[in-house]
Amino acid sequence: MTRSLDLTRRFLLGASAAGVSLAFAGQAGASAAPGPRNKMVVIIARGAMDGLSVVVPVDDPNYRPLRGALAIEHSLPMSDGFGLHPSLAGLHSLYSEGQMRFAPAVAIPVRVRSHFDAQDVLENGGEGLRQQTDGWLNRALAAMGGLKGLSIGAQTPLILRGSAATSSWAPGGRTGSEDRIASLLQDLYVNDRLLAENLAAGLQTEAQAMAMGGDPRLARNDVAGLGQAVARLMTGPDGADVVALSVDGWDTHARQVGQLQARLTGLDQVVSGLRSGLGEDWDRTVVVIATEFGRTARANGTGGTDHGTGSALLMAGGAVKAGGMIGDWPTLADNRLFESRDLAPALDVRSVFKGVLRDHLGVDKAALDSSVFPASADEAPALNGLF
Amino acid sequence: MTRRGSATPADVMMNVSPPAGVAMQELDNRPNTDPTVTDGSRPMEPAGQAAFDARRASRQALTRVAAEAFLARTRLAATTPDGFAERWAIFWANHFTASATKFQSAIFLDAYEREAIRPHVFGRFETLAMAAEQHPAMLLYLDQAQSVGPNSPAGQRRSAGLNENLAREIMELHTIGSDAGYSQGDVTEFARALTGWSIPARRDTEAGRPAGRRGRSMARAIVGGAGQNGFVYRPVVHEPGERTVLGQRYADTGRAQGEAILKDLANRPETARKLARKISAHFVADIPPPGLVATLERAWTTSGGDLAVVARALIAAPEAWEPVPAKVKTPYDFIVSAHRAFGTEPQQVQPLRQGLIAMGQPPQSAPSPEGWPDTAADWAGPDALVKRLDWSRAAASRVQAGDPNAAAAAALGLRLGERTRMAVARAESRPEAFTLFLMSPEFQRR
Repeated sequence: MTRSLDLTRRFLLGASAAGVSLAFAGQAGASAAPGPRNKMVVIIARGAMDGLSVVVPVDDPNYRPLRGALAIEHSLPMSDGFGLHPSLAGLHSLYSEGQMRFAPAVAIPVRVRSHFDAQDVLENGGEGLRQQTDGWLNRALAAMGGLKGLSIGAQTPLILRGSAATSSWAPGGRTGSEDRIASLLQDLYVNDRLLAENLAAGLQTEAQAMAMGGDPRLARNDVAGLGQAVARLMTGPDGADVVALSVDGWDTHARQVGQLQARLTGLDQVVSGLRSGLGEDWDRTVVVIATEFGRTARANGTGGTDHGTGSALLMAGGAVKAGGMIGDWPTLADNRLFESRDLAPALDVRSVFKGVLRDHLGVDKAALDSSVFPASADEAPALNGLF
Repeated sequence: MTRRGSATPADVMMNVSPPAGVAMQELDNRPNTDPTVTDGSRPMEPAGQAAFDARRASRQALTRVAAEAFLARTRLAATTPDGFAERWAIFWANHFTASATKFQSAIFLDAYEREAIRPHVFGRFETLAMAAEQHPAMLLYLDQAQSVGPNSPAGQRRSAGLNENLAREIMELHTIGSDAGYSQGDVTEFARALTGWSIPARRDTEAGRPAGRRGRSMARAIVGGAGQNGFVYRPVVHEPGERTVLGQRYADTGRAQGEAILKDLANRPETARKLARKISAHFVADIPPPGLVATLERAWTTSGGDLAVVARALIAAPEAWEPVPAKVKTPYDFIVSAHRAFGTEPQQVQPLRQGLIAMGQPPQSAPSPEGWPDTAADWAGPDALVKRLDWSRAAASRVQAGDPNAAAAAALGLRLGERTRMAVARAESRPEAFTLFLMSPEFQRR
C-alpha cells in the first residue's frame, strides 16, 4: 500500500465528487460509435459477498490480525497492495491482460444490514430505502432506447424491472443436491423425519438423473455452462445488449473458507464462460460483479463473518482498457472501520454503475443524474476515461 | 352398445344451465358420437378429418371452460375470509368425488361443486348426499346414467342392463363404508332401485325435429321434465318391484325408491362413525385422536347429520387446536395457503395447473371415486417434495417486495418455530427467505 498513490487517488475522488469534470473526451465509450453496440452484464452476488476475501488487502497490516484463519493466503498479485482470491484464476488472467479492474471498498448509499433491503437499494438505484419500484438498469435501457435487456432466471430481478421491455431466460436447471437452500432445509427438518428423508432422497434421484444426462437442460450448478449459455443469448443480430444475472450463496456466516472457494470458483467459471462464449463480442463487453454489502472485518466465532458494510466490486471485459484499482482504500485501521466493525465504504457503488453506463453504453449525464439514479448528481461517475 | 337411458354431455348441457355457453355452439357442431341415436333418428354427420377436428375443438373448448372455472375456485380459496368454510366445502367435494379423469364428468365439475356440494355443506348430510348422487357429474362419473333395469320396458326391448357402480360406491365410499357388513345382494338391490336416475338427452327437449313415433314416446318417458340441476327420472328404464337393502324393504315408488334407500344409508350409525373418523383424519391428524372421533360422531348422531353442528363440534374440539401440526398439506392446499400468505391470487390457469400436476394433484382429477388420498405419506414423497421446492423457489422469486419475517409471523403465528424464524431472518435474499418459509415444516404441515 503506497501512501502517495493513496493520496493522489483521494484527491482525484474529491475533485470528482466536487463536480470537476475529468472526462477524457477521446476515450469516452460507445455513444456515437457506429457498428455493433457495446454490451454490459451485471452479476449480482446475493447474500453479501465478502470483499476482503475477493480483493485481498495483503499489504494492510490489520488484515491478518482481524481475519485470523479466514485470511486468504496465496492470493494472486494485483496492484496497490491487493491480491485476488486464488479461486479467481480466470479473472486474474483478465487482470493481467488489462481487462479487469477492482474497487476494494464500495457500498450502496444506505447503511442497512438486511439482505432484502440492501439488495433492493442495489438494484433500484435509489439513495434511500423503498424509493423506486423499478430497477436502474431498466431505467438505463429506457433512457437509451433500442437496447435489448435480458435477465437470467425465471423471474425478472428488480434491477431489470420497469417500463423498458426486457426478456428473460431460465436455464431450467432444477434444484440440485448441493443447493444451498436444500441444505438449509435439512436444518429446518431436523425434527421432521418424513420431510427430511424424502427431500434428501428426491434431490439425490434428481442429481443422478442429471449426472446420467437424462436432463438436456442446464443443471443448476453448471456455472461454466451458464456463462456460455448466456453468451449465446448475447451474440448475433438479436443478441441481448444488457444482461442481469444473479449468483447466490455468499452469506458465509460459517465455514467461510470452503464456501467462498466453491462460490468464487463458480463465479470465475461464469465469467470465463462469458468470455469464451462471446468470442469477438467480448471486446465490446463489460461485466460488473457487485454485492449488496460486505461482511464484518473480524472473523466471527463460527469460521465465518457477519453482515457488514463495504465490499469489493469487480469489473471485467474486453472493453476495459486500463487495469488497476477504482476508488480508494480506507484501510482496516481501527479508527477507520465503519462502526468499529466493518470495512468503511470509500465509494458509492452507483458511481461505478454510472461510469459504466456513461462511458461504455453512452447514457447521457442528465439521464444518469435524474432518471437512472434519481438525485445522484453528487455521485459523479467514477470511471472517467477508463474505457 | 345402445341404451335408452344414456346420454352425452352435449345432451345434458342443452338442459342444464350451461357453464359453458361459448362452448355450446362448438359442441353442437361435433360429430355424432351419441350411442343413443345411431339408429338413424338423426342424420349422421360427415366423418373424417372435419369430424375429428370438430370433436377436438369442442373438447378443447370445454376443457378450457372447466380450467377457467377451476382457476376461479382457486382464487376464491386464496382470497375468501372464510377459510374454514372453503376447506369444509372442498372436503365434501372430495368425499363425493366426481373426477375429471372421465371427460363426461369433467365438464360438469364446476357446476357440480356449485350446485350439488356448496349449497349443502352446512345442511343435513342426507340432503348433501341426495344432491351429489343425483347430479349429472356423479351420474356420468359412476355410470348411473347408463344403468337400465333388465325388466323395465326399455330393458325388455333390448339387451341392456344394470350398472352397479354408483350403488356400490354410495355404500362403500359415500355412506356406511365397506366394513359395515353389507352383501353383494344389497348392492345389486340398491342398483335396481336406482335405475331411472338419469340425465336429459338432447332428443328429450329438442324442438323442430320431426317427432317420430319413438321421439314422442321418449318425451312422455320423462317425468316432470329435467329436474333440479339437470337430474331426470326415466320410468322407462326403472326396474319394477320391491327392493330389500340391509334387511329393509322398499316398495316400488319409482324415483323415490332409490331416494328412500339413500336417505336410510345416510342416516345409519355406520355412516356417522365413518364420517366422524374421516373428518377428524382430514382436519386434525392422519391417525385421529379417538376422543375427537367420538365427539364428532355424537354431534352427528344427536343432530341427525346436521353438518353445521358437526363443523361447530370440530372447531370447538381442543384436539383440533393441537399446536403440533400433524398433516402435510395437499398440493392444492399448499398453493392456496401460499397465496394467502403472500396476499396474492393465481392469475393464470396454466401455471397453476402445471404446479399441481408436478406436485401430484392434477386439478379436479382424483385418481378414483375414493377421492384424493389424505395422509402425509401420500403427499410428501421424495419427488413431490423436490417439486414443492421448485414451485416454492419460483413463487418466492415472484414476490417483489414485502418482509419475509413479517409474512412468516403472520401466516404461522404461534406455530412459527425458532429454527424457521431464524432461517428466514438469516436468509441471504428475499427469494431465499420466502422459499425457506414456504418449505418450512410449519408451512408444509397444518
